[in-house]
Amino acid sequence: MSFPDSIRSLFGRELDTIRSGGIFKEERIICAPQSSEIEVEFPAGSSRQKVINMCANNYLGLSSHPEVIEAARKGLDHRGYGMSSVRFICGTQDIHKELEGKLTRFLGTEDTILFPSCMDANAGVFEALLNEQDVMISDRLVHASIVDGMRLCKAQSDTFKHSDMGHLEEKLQLHAKARTKMIITDGSFSMDGDLAKLDQIVALAEKHNAMVFVDDSHATGFIGKTGRGTHEHCGVVGKIDVITTTLGKALGGASGGCVSGRRELVEMCRQRARPYLFSNTIPPVVVSGANKVLDIISSTTERRDILERNTQFWRKGLTAAGLIIKEGETPIVPVMLFNAKLSQDFAKELYHEGIYAVGFFFPVVPKGQARIRTQLSAAHEQHHLDKALAAFTKVGKKFDILHKTKQEIIDRFGQ
Amino acid sequence: MPDLKDVILDYVKKEYLEEDDDREVTYDTPLISGGIVDSFSMVSLKRFLETKYSIQIPDAKATPEVFDTVNNIIDLLKEFHIQ
Repeated sequence: MSFPDSIRSLFGRELDTIRSGGIFKEERIICAPQSSEIEVEFPAGSSRQKVINMCANNYLGLSSHPEVIEAARKGLDHRGYGMSSVRFICGTQDIHKELEGKLTRFLGTEDTILFPSCMDANAGVFEALLNEQDVMISDRLVHASIVDGMRLCKAQSDTFKHSDMGHLEEKLQLHAKARTKMIITDGSFSMDGDLAKLDQIVALAEKHNAMVFVDDSHATGFIGKTGRGTHEHCGVVGKIDVITTTLGKALGGASGGCVSGRRELVEMCRQRARPYLFSNTIPPVVVSGANKVLDIISSTTERRDILERNTQFWRKGLTAAGLIIKEGETPIVPVMLFNAKLSQDFAKELYHEGIYAVGFFFPVVPKGQARIRTQLSAAHEQHHLDKALAAFTKVGKKFDILHKTKQEIIDRFGQ
Repeated sequence: MPDLKDVILDYVKKEYLEEDDDREVTYDTPLISGGIVDSFSMVSLKRFLETKYSIQIPDAKATPEVFDTVNNIIDLLKEFHIQ
């Protein structure tokens, strides 16, 4: 037998450890298209409940947009279902090149290469560009996919304190002798919802002759006046050497990612990035939908403007209700609860009130920083936000944490 | 000359704690399992020790367990005859 009881029980014990540690993940079954209002079956087998979705990355509300669905349908008719190939053998269609061109123009870069996901883009890009003579210096709060990508790369690695420009400069000085230095950061940080200081990072990069890498997955499409991303917000369009981003969030939310940036660096990825070379091309249906998304967001800022208004209303509303949020301007709005159990209990109560949001705690966020991460969408209508705000207020009142300081909440619930 | 333990403790505080972080860090405070140093950022601590004491710590020895407290790190340095 290839899977004897001894091995089964070994994995069973590991799973028990995860369960007893309170970090066992369970999928919620959604029985509807992605939207601001969805039907959820949770726990599995229970009756379906209609809830307002406050935790999707559907920032622009394009995941189920009729024009995107129609474009995807046409793509299915005209370019088929699958390509049964990697890109460089027989997996590149005209629509793939079209999408790469649109992304290049939208992001204000020199060239773009698609990957099956941004996770894959991040997993492949560092190894394709850097070797033992180089050094990667990353912000400590970068996304897990970047950490994995850096681990796969033979270049030296180092980190700087989150958004601490003084510490970054110390590290740039420490590694002055490296062949090339790459500063690595998220544009918008997914757990705290704050933005990288890209203007200062670019200035330091110019001073110390370093390249700049930004993962803008939680920004592309809506951060900046015309939604180009964090580089637009910080006034450094054209100065970021490598941008990775995703089609899986604001840009229709299906799947796919890309590396966009300096022509030579993108070409190096075409030659060397293993997730590009050894995994299937993005299916035509997804590419067709994404092409339509790029058309929409390149021609109007209407949806990012609605998102901005929703974000302002939500941040202001939560603060006025007496909840503690992480300050910022992005549609990622963490409601701070500090205690892990409280974050889980709070999310459960919200669900009973018809609001779907998820609690995060260590190790996803630092110890004592448990929270409920809320995410706004252009698809949220005023009545959704009114109801969600009323629910947060009601549950906050129930746990008696409204208008309380961080210390008062910690004293009561523990850290 | 400052004690070896204090040199390492000072580095850990300066490198890993934010300015507003008031957590007390002692020789026995769990650094990695306690969430002060993430395993990925541990590399700068390894580099600091290697540069400061002119040693090469093999990757097999640079585990989260070995680096988990200042006292553990002192035990590691003893293997390199640094006390």
